[in-house]
Amino acid sequence: MQIQVLTTELKPEDWLPALYRQRPEIGAVVSFLGLVRDINQQAAVTGLLIEHYPGMTERSLTAIAEQAQARWALQDLLIVHRVGLLLPQEPIVLVATASAHRADAFAACEFVMDYLKTQAPFWKKEQRGEQQLWLDARESDELRASRW
Amino acid sequence: MLSLCYFARLREQLGCASEQLAWSGTLTLGELRQQLQQRGEPWHSALADVSLRMAVNQQLETDGQRRLADGDEVAFFPPVTGG
Repeated sequence: MQIQVLTTELKPEDWLPALYRQRPEIGAVVSFLGLVRDINQQAAVTGLLIEHYPGMTERSLTAIAEQAQARWALQDLLIVHRVGLLLPQEPIVLVATASAHRADAFAACEFVMDYLKTQAPFWKKEQRGEQQLWLDARESDELRASRW
Repeated sequence: MLSLCYFARLREQLGCASEQLAWSGTLTLGELRQQLQQRGEPWHSALADVSLRMAVNQQLETDGQRRLADGDEVAFFPPVTGG
């Protein structure tokens, strides 16, 4: 299991191969990549500031990962999340799950994202030119998390 | 002594990122919140927000009856928006 809060550019190719290289027991790797959109609710986004709670962030992501490992048969699990100032189209978060078979890898990856979005202490502040706006949590995320 | 910290929009509203709070006797999480509200504005309104989240020792806590202990770290923040 690897959990990383990252202040530098998130490049999936830096993280994914290590998950399965020389691991013959792994038959399936599922990954999710979240990106900064350049349009949000019809407004042009010029940047995204991501704040977090140092200490609790790692603890929360580890707890989510451990729940996923307890529920599904996983060989490995990766969560990498950016903090700091990001530009449009930059990767925010990478979640990857590795399993013998795809069903567990798919389900666990979706679970991790749904829980991350409702429990992990990150906050996004959108930059819209001169304006800055803290994003609100979405009820749809709570609903998705409650399904599990 | 308690360590308190505030994040995101709440930190900006309060103009405070963190503080140390001396206390005595017993104190629950809910009582602490009320005590902070008694500072007046902006504390009173900002901490009245029903969507406010709390953490004790870096774990989410929803129980206002939770008793705090000396040395605890308590955080207040808006609903999270990561991912």
